[in-house]
Amino acid sequence: MLELIDQLNSKLRSKTVNGVVGFFEDEYSLLEAAEKTYAAGFRKFDTISPFPIHGMDDAMGLKRSVVPWFTFIAGSIGCAFGVWLQWWTSAVSWPINVGGKPMFSLPAFIPVIFELTILFGALTSVAGMLWLCGLPKVDPPVIDPDLTCHKFALFIPENDDGFNEQKAADHLRSLKAKDVRKTEF
Amino acid sequence: MIKREILIEGNKTYKDITDEICAPVETLPPKGWFYYFIPAKLGLLFYLSVVATILGVGMGLMGVNHPVGWGTDIVTFVFWVGIGHAGTLISAILFLFRQKWRTGINRTAEAMTIFAVMTAGIFPLIHTGRPWLAYWLLPYPNQRGPLWVNFRSPLLWDVFAVSTYLTVSLVFWYIGMVPDIATLRDRAKNKIRKLVYGALSLGWRGTNRNWQHYESLYLILAGLSTPLVLSVHSIVSFDFAISGLPGWHTTIFPPYFVAGAIFSGFAMVVTLMILIRIGMPQMKDYVTINHLEVMNKIIMATGLMVGYAYASEFFIAWYSGVEYEKYAFINRAFGPYWWSYWIMAGCNVIIPQIFWFRNMRRSIPVMFVVSIFVNIGMWFERFVITVTSLHRDFLPANWGMFNFTFYDFGVIIGSFGMFFTLFLLFLRVLPMVAMSEVKPVLNVGRGEDHHA
Repeated sequence: MLELIDQLNSKLRSKTVNGVVGFFEDEYSLLEAAEKTYAAGFRKFDTISPFPIHGMDDAMGLKRSVVPWFTFIAGSIGCAFGVWLQWWTSAVSWPINVGGKPMFSLPAFIPVIFELTILFGALTSVAGMLWLCGLPKVDPPVIDPDLTCHKFALFIPENDDGFNEQKAADHLRSLKAKDVRKTEF
Repeated sequence: MIKREILIEGNKTYKDITDEICAPVETLPPKGWFYYFIPAKLGLLFYLSVVATILGVGMGLMGVNHPVGWGTDIVTFVFWVGIGHAGTLISAILFLFRQKWRTGINRTAEAMTIFAVMTAGIFPLIHTGRPWLAYWLLPYPNQRGPLWVNFRSPLLWDVFAVSTYLTVSLVFWYIGMVPDIATLRDRAKNKIRKLVYGALSLGWRGTNRNWQHYESLYLILAGLSTPLVLSVHSIVSFDFAISGLPGWHTTIFPPYFVAGAIFSGFAMVVTLMILIRIGMPQMKDYVTINHLEVMNKIIMATGLMVGYAYASEFFIAWYSGVEYEKYAFINRAFGPYWWSYWIMAGCNVIIPQIFWFRNMRRSIPVMFVVSIFVNIGMWFERFVITVTSLHRDFLPANWGMFNFTFYDFGVIIGSFGMFFTLFLLFLRVLPMVAMSEVKPVLNVGRGEDHHA
């Protein structure tokens, strides 16, 4: 049992990466900084903010999220499952005549098919989002506790294209970032 | 150009928002909270004892009998499920319509949805009389054949609809809360708080690579919840509409029920928001008079829709030429239950008309009283539909009255105790305003719009 907890713990503990972080005044300067960092050739950098920032995906050169595909595929599976479940239980496993309706009475089956489509789609999308984000994580390093409150930061990891600590730090300072420092994230 | 109205008052900074919204969770709750909590808790204890007695002694304690086989339990079930709808409307439909004012109230409204649906879910189980066999409602492989559930029955659709609705609303609410729980985690001073909020936050850190998927998911869940919420009350209405009983067998039921649900739900949101404003005055900047006014407009609009449905039912009863149908409606308004019909019509159609006047829409005492009346009226609407239709059907041999007992009152009053206890505990342990949604709309109306 303890071993299992240890295994789970080591799995969910995030693999951290070192890099350089710089802090920005507000969301607008962070957005501008992200644009310039992308233009400077960095590709694996990330911005940290207390709320999602309009236009940041484009500034960072991110493609559209694939979460809707999870919804579509799981929703289709839920729909098919709903049809199969009701067909098999009502027309194959134990057919019972209810009010003279056909054994496979599709119009009456639509509400349950619909609910299962939504249920499968919603739950799988949530699972997909968590998977794409690498969540849940146990105790990931937090650069600054105020980043979920009122601070904004840009982090360039050391495994980024052409990373050089001095170069990255200089780049952030040239963007008027404050408190530029080396950190683990 | 028309200027946009300020959504969050008080000229706050991001830090102020975090501090103010986290305060009730991090400090001892204000006195106002205890004034609410103690009666709510007593109500819950009363509810537990009433339900335990009903389960222990039997359904005979409640008023249901021949010919009124559906009584308080079903009426109150529909009442609570309906209240739940406003939360999803605010969190999902207004999100899709980009109504930014929703951000101040969406978290509490969603919490209201979840607790209302939880409260509702207990009633059909009490009504079955043997809730320990409730799992028979699910199509699981069993040793009786296997004997499956009847998928052609609206009652079974209800099982799927309500359970899906509760699950999806819960997930939607929780996912919306993850960034705010991360804020609480980062502010936590002691170990236990850090552990609990750390686990609940799933290790969220607010990186844009995560926000990107998060926002996409939020949009998807809003898109899925919208048809879901409409389907839930449509299916609840099928419980009645698919039967052959005059007064129930009408095609107008699905839209009529959905409008009524939104109507009663918004009234409950207004009631709760006013109580929050009184008990926790710092929330007045987030739940502003402007927000309440918009909700009052929705109450009036949906009230008119409900009034239209009442009138149209009468018209169709006359136009159909079916004598049973005609009798059912005349009996509703002028039969032995005339008082319940006129309480319903008065509370739902006439009283909300006061919101035509702007200063009435913006007056806290007026809207509080109206919202209470709407809730009373909407409970009576379900009573009228359920009981007056059942008590006199085709043959006078099947005529009778519904005998309300102490236990019927007990479950109604008690269910409010359960609902308010859950809601107040939520205010105590989780952030009651969506901080990560309020912060981006902070600049709206301040005249420094950088996107212009």
